[in-house]
Amino acid sequence: MGHLTTAPTADPAQDTTMILNMGPQHPSTHGVLRLLLEIDGERVIRMMPDIGFLHTGIEKTCEAKFYQQVVPLTDRIDYLCPMVNNLCYVLAAEKLLGLEIPPRAQWIRVMLSELQRISSHLVWLGTHAMDIGAMSVFLYCFREREDLLRIYEMVSGQRMMTSYFRIGGLALDPPLGFFKAVKKFLDIFPERVDEYENLLTGNRIFIDRLKDVAHLSAEDAIALGVTGPALRASGVDFDHRRDLPYCSYEKFKFKVPTSKDGDVWARYVCRVQELRESREIAKQALEGLPEGPTKADAPKVVLPDREKMKTEMEALIYHFKIVTEGFTVPAGEVYQAIESPRGEMGYYIVSDGTAKPMRVHMRSPSYANLQALGKMCEGRLIADVVAAIGSIDIVLGEIDR
Amino acid sequence: MPLVPAITDLEKLKDRPLVAALLKWNQNAVQGAKLDRDELSIYVAREFIRQACECLKAGGLVDFLSDLTCADYYPREPRFEMAYHLLSIQHKQRVRLKARLDGDDAVIESITAVWPTANFFEREVFDLFGIRFLGHPHLRRLMMPEDWEGHPLRRDYPVEGYR
Repeated sequence: MGHLTTAPTADPAQDTTMILNMGPQHPSTHGVLRLLLEIDGERVIRMMPDIGFLHTGIEKTCEAKFYQQVVPLTDRIDYLCPMVNNLCYVLAAEKLLGLEIPPRAQWIRVMLSELQRISSHLVWLGTHAMDIGAMSVFLYCFREREDLLRIYEMVSGQRMMTSYFRIGGLALDPPLGFFKAVKKFLDIFPERVDEYENLLTGNRIFIDRLKDVAHLSAEDAIALGVTGPALRASGVDFDHRRDLPYCSYEKFKFKVPTSKDGDVWARYVCRVQELRESREIAKQALEGLPEGPTKADAPKVVLPDREKMKTEMEALIYHFKIVTEGFTVPAGEVYQAIESPRGEMGYYIVSDGTAKPMRVHMRSPSYANLQALGKMCEGRLIADVVAAIGSIDIVLGEIDR
Repeated sequence: MPLVPAITDLEKLKDRPLVAALLKWNQNAVQGAKLDRDELSIYVAREFIRQACECLKAGGLVDFLSDLTCADYYPREPRFEMAYHLLSIQHKQRVRLKARLDGDDAVIESITAVWPTANFFEREVFDLFGIRFLGHPHLRRLMMPEDWEGHPLRRDYPVEGYR
């Protein structure tokens, strides 16, 4: 019963700090993130994230699937922007195969990726503002997100787990009325961003909670592997879309918002500007959309159109072969990185020459960004931890995989 | 773009700045190089991996650790191949460092001293592949429960069914 003794401890200095458990069921941890905080009064001295509560072994599952069967799994990694994950995986697989993708498919991919970036940032904005205490912004953001989910449903039949990008192109050509719906959304969207900014950007409480909170210097950001808006808000001007372009992003004109402050406010400002820039890119993709096929000319890899499959014998044979045996991929390894709404999303695929990947590894941006949380929160108040978590915009699905 | 055969001859690649820098620093550390699908991989002897990272970082050739992972080539020996994806934000280029590890001696030096971001990545590889990292500050399981037996991403670990 030694631990029940009422005698004072020999070293009172040992009694000054306390370990506080935050999560995994805490609403402002955006999922099942558990944080161990060592606190002195209300100040955080140290913080350690504890993850793995959502680990489903997707990387292991991929090894047992054909290449085309992995696409639906990638949706589940980052459920706020499934198409961006599809894109990263199919780009990596296409690089392994050496496939040439028709321009129309590439432009539709760019357009949808940017719409996904908008819908992902809308979830971030709504939840971030709600964490700070501004409840109503959430409803405004989800109003526009709903429009976008309808657009995804039009094009893929699903609101969230779209699996619309396939190895070699798109699942099918967009339906009638799709481009009109996108245009309608893009036309009203700038007004809506003004509306969010009206609610937040001049809001005294919001500014006080965000400004000069959770600083991250450029050196620390690079050392800790931070990417995406969080890196750009720390003053590092790097964006894969512009600097290491993929999927014909080099043909689009857009600005990369940066800031030198490196605090939560800077991250907020960068992301809100990104909302506007993404809309610009999507608009350019819509207006300059080239005509042509949406699938690569590779019958052994790309499933034939339904019409052809029902009328031509070769198409039927290829369809049967791809579905039952998959397609073999030349041996080798690739690492394909793209700019997801959260930062650098990378797929590392090793092929051993069979129809199933030998290794699929996802480098998820939230996973690396999460490591910077400790640095951001050291010496800050517990209330600032909530603001800092919101500012790095983590998705636990891609952290735990 | 159609596939072109990979260049695996170190002689043909030694003029590339990254390969040249490593060769100039230590010829024994570089075991080979490969240019496949426009991606450069450099095979580094495992005892030099941390110093190789430091050398490239000090020379200003790379500044960012994008990704760190492992692949299991079971039943081949050496069984594991570590892959370090390094990025230069300044020069806007990537390189992959690789190190081969034997199955019965899966130990490599940690690079957390060079890039602190390697912390989680190395813990994950330790957890899922069972590779030990010397000098890692906190090498514990990350994804799996602490009392889990085995390393799920090894190729001899079944995907389904009871272990």
